[in-house]
Amino acid sequence: MDLSLQVNDVTVRYGGFTALDNIRLEVQQHTTLGLVGESGSGKSTLARVIAGLIIPDQGQVLLGTEPLSRKRTREQRKSIQMIFQNPDASLNPKHSIRQILAEALLFHKIVGRAEVEKRSRQLLERVQLEGKALDKYPHEFSGGQRQRIAIARALSVEPSLLIADEPTSALDVSVQLNVLELLGALKSELNLTMLFISHDLGVIHAVSDKVAVMRQGKLVEISPKDKFFSRPEAAYSRELLSAVPQMPTMKSSGGLHEPRT
Amino acid sequence: MKNTTAYPELQTDRTGSTLIRRILNTPSLLAGSIMFAVLILLAIFIPYISPYNPTEQNLSAFLQPPSAAHWLGTDQLGRDLFTRLIYAARTDLTIMVLAEIIPFCTGIFLGMVAGYYGKWADNVITLITDTFIAFPFYLIVIIVAFASGAGQRGIYITFILVGWIVFARVVRGLSASFREQEWIASAQTLGLSGPRIILRHLLPNVLPQAVVVLMTDMVGLLVAIVTLGYLGIGIAPPTPDWGTMIADGQSFISTAWWLSAVPGFAVVYTGIALSLVGDGLADLWRKK
Repeated sequence: MDLSLQVNDVTVRYGGFTALDNIRLEVQQHTTLGLVGESGSGKSTLARVIAGLIIPDQGQVLLGTEPLSRKRTREQRKSIQMIFQNPDASLNPKHSIRQILAEALLFHKIVGRAEVEKRSRQLLERVQLEGKALDKYPHEFSGGQRQRIAIARALSVEPSLLIADEPTSALDVSVQLNVLELLGALKSELNLTMLFISHDLGVIHAVSDKVAVMRQGKLVEISPKDKFFSRPEAAYSRELLSAVPQMPTMKSSGGLHEPRT
Repeated sequence: MKNTTAYPELQTDRTGSTLIRRILNTPSLLAGSIMFAVLILLAIFIPYISPYNPTEQNLSAFLQPPSAAHWLGTDQLGRDLFTRLIYAARTDLTIMVLAEIIPFCTGIFLGMVAGYYGKWADNVITLITDTFIAFPFYLIVIIVAFASGAGQRGIYITFILVGWIVFARVVRGLSASFREQEWIASAQTLGLSGPRIILRHLLPNVLPQAVVVLMTDMVGLLVAIVTLGYLGIGIAPPTPDWGTMIADGQSFISTAWWLSAVPGFAVVYTGIALSLVGDGLADLWRKK
């Protein structure tokens, strides 16, 4: 299978602090790489380097076989899109949903001005929102709906790689499931390659084909999902897996406690 | 993973109102707008309201108290005080608005550039604002007024020189905090250029706060215009101006106190109106 993304020896330093230390990883086309690690391990920094928001001090990012320079072309920008953690802050509060989607569509010439309305409605439909949402503003939506709009915006420019930086961590558990289902469906429908960042191993298990583990700016393991969850290589991975809280086993259909007899 | 078929219900529109209804629900904005509108309407229609000429002297009718013929009395040269007061509003409010346009635009632009780009752009702009702030405002006003001669020109020059600072500082702070927001990162990920992000994304977000500051700043500028007039280095007589009216009436404070009190009240009235509009706008944009 062809490679969609290569990260070669990427290092990012902030003063004396090394946020990313010689990161090297590859993501194959049409697969999802789950990226896990504790807070501050460098997951989001790596995502931002790949998205072109942070220039690395060393190393290189390749989209397919094409190296991405410091100043990316419009086409390169379009190919990598990102969904952010906080749906409350990822949509411009002063722009209507119509403006948010139209800007992306027109800037990358995905459709002409005459077709923007139709395509925007299609995008909303794809993320299971009604067309009347176009005239509303971000504050008029719930967190889950906002995240769907952010997904629609990211997909509007038809990227080949989608980076999802903890897209469900700010959402209620019930809404998390909806968003994960939506991402899963869109991934298969659009043949997307995805880099999915989360500290929730349950979520990573649900969406990933491969799992990469980061700690203190270093990549400590990268393994196929089944291997990672059954026989993790790194001691830190085992530590992470053992730290997952376990639900009590349900012995009856009525709840967590034994029914009184 | 199965697809969810049910569409989540959109929330109903929480604002649930038109702009007019929102304004009506913001008492300070409503009160301030009415107060200011009354003044503006009077200033526009004064030639049709008053039969008197604001500069024409009538020494046979000097220092008359308020009456049906002269609602606010006459001054020491027999000129109708109400007419002069409203013509003075024309002069002072026109200068106030015109003198704010360039500083407002410059301050917002420089503030956004400093806040968005940070680094050397921020350092240079912050250095310039700090340098200007080191000099007391009235010192600069008086120096420029003396250098350029009394009149409106000095006020415009001074305000173009220093008026932008307050906007630049406020907008710089806002822009620097917005720069860290994910909607800016989203725009950058799309590949939008810096100028485009500044104009299309940052500007609509900083503008409400800048307009609130503008209202407060206009009050300060009005006081500066009146102060220069009072000191004799502002609007030159016989053009009516609240500052010169206060100064002229000072000599008659014991016999005709209204000569100074009425233009003083006009300054306070305008200041309250603009402050209420500023507070109201801040409330309106906070409510959402």
